[in-house]
Amino acid sequence: MLSSTIQIETKNLNVYFDKHYVLKDVNIKIPAKQLTAIIGPSGCGKTTLLKSFNRLLEIHDEVKISGNIFVDGQDIFDSKGDEIPDIRKKMGLISQKPYPLPMSIYENVAYGLKIHRKKTKKGELDAAIQHYLQEVGLWNEVKDRLHDPASRLSVGQQQRLCLARAIAVEPEVILCDEPTSALDPIAAQQIEKLLLKLKQNYTVVLVTHTLRQAKRLADYVIFLYFGMVIEQGPAEDVFNNPKNPATIAYIKGDIS
Amino acid sequence: MNKRKLRDLIGTKLMLIATLFVSLLFFLIFVLLLFRSGLVLQDNSLFDILFSSTWNPDNSQFGLAPIIIGTILVTGIALLIAIPISLLSAIYIAEYAPWKIRRILRPFIDVLAGVPSVVYGLCAFLFLVPLTKDVIAPWFGVQSTGLCIFTAAVILAVMVFPIIISLCIESFNAVPLALKEASLSVGATKWETVKKVVFRASTPSVIAAILLGFGRAFGETIAINMVIGGIPRIPSSVFSPGETLASLIASKYGELMSIPVHESALMLVALILFVVVLVFNILGVFILRRAKRRWTY
Repeated sequence: MLSSTIQIETKNLNVYFDKHYVLKDVNIKIPAKQLTAIIGPSGCGKTTLLKSFNRLLEIHDEVKISGNIFVDGQDIFDSKGDEIPDIRKKMGLISQKPYPLPMSIYENVAYGLKIHRKKTKKGELDAAIQHYLQEVGLWNEVKDRLHDPASRLSVGQQQRLCLARAIAVEPEVILCDEPTSALDPIAAQQIEKLLLKLKQNYTVVLVTHTLRQAKRLADYVIFLYFGMVIEQGPAEDVFNNPKNPATIAYIKGDIS
Repeated sequence: MNKRKLRDLIGTKLMLIATLFVSLLFFLIFVLLLFRSGLVLQDNSLFDILFSSTWNPDNSQFGLAPIIIGTILVTGIALLIAIPISLLSAIYIAEYAPWKIRRILRPFIDVLAGVPSVVYGLCAFLFLVPLTKDVIAPWFGVQSTGLCIFTAAVILAVMVFPIIISLCIESFNAVPLALKEASLSVGATKWETVKKVVFRASTPSVIAAILLGFGRAFGETIAINMVIGGIPRIPSSVFSPGETLASLIASKYGELMSIPVHESALMLVALILFVVVLVFNILGVFILRRAKRRWTY
């Protein structure tokens, strides 16, 4: 497969929501420090797959999971309940619609740092917050109103703030669930640029239903269809030489 | 004008009239209370009535201080008991309980909120009064008949539980899942998420729930009337009998309505109840609006 190391690997991953069979025997490998796009029609289980990586699915009572997920070679289902936050800390999550926490811009970025008791000195914390806001290109826009409620920002700014909040705890992976679907084209472009920059230091997993976005950004592609992995591989292979008829149809635009 | 348009017009006007009628009633009650309480204010200043400590209508003494103190004590203690317990159980039901348990508990709590207060009063009279008399008051080294402020406050707290719990559950459930996920995904524990995100995001509605609970506690009449002892004297401890504004009206209206100035005194008490509830509601709306502006998500 790829020259780089494997960050996330699933083995026979099955997920049920109540009686609904959502993910069927999923076996995938996600390379480290690259951008992997999970593509497929809506309702095919993309988001479910994404949220299984940081055990976020399990906050729902009705979910049943079997199989293994290895992150850095460690099976995440081996860890006990009180270790789950440590697994999650390794992976930032960006949701479809930006959800800033109900606090100030500053506190949003400081949230994870305070929880993990990092940068406890005021000066250190300030510097860290400036750093992460600069990383997402938000610093110049908000430096004079750091203590305003985050909800006053525009949607595009909010999404970049969420990104800053996620990377502030220094995760290894950034999970993005259609991060641009609520944004206008310009804000979406900013996020795409950021993701391309971030993949140098982080493993980025991007769920997207826009094929063009996947083509623009992805190094590696996983095509999901009705909960099954139909095809996976380096982006140029999947896009230029799809093998499975369903993949071919999806890429041609016959199914969406 | 054709028939459809006419019907539309009539419908619109009917709704307007109904609304005006309801608002008018509200003002009528207010004006009635205001005028009827005028008589007692001719011979006594409002200051005297509010702050003098002797309530003895036969002697033309209408000091409300003991009753106001009783009301504050009963309502305050009730909320002091009710708020933490309600919040904890609301959080449990909304965030921690397995959904099967949640499905049973929620309607159960809503039913509790609808039980007539006289039922609570009766239960308190039969069980809580003896318990206070024989166990709780002696434990604090105080003698009590059990008919006292403490008993009234406890039963009031019990009555306020379901209101606050029910409203809080609703507001906790209204917090978007993605907001919780955002917190969990930076490695926050469930408790940290509840404390710093769920709680914060629902602060305005929790305040509203508490204010509604206050309204219920402040105006509750019959259950308190049954267990408070009905003695308008400044209480020496929470185990002394007392009286609240609402309960005073309930226990005295029969005997006092025959003498105009006595009637007027009760009308003043009613006016005070009316105004306090009004002020707290306006305050509630104001706080809610401010809090919402700050904590939208």
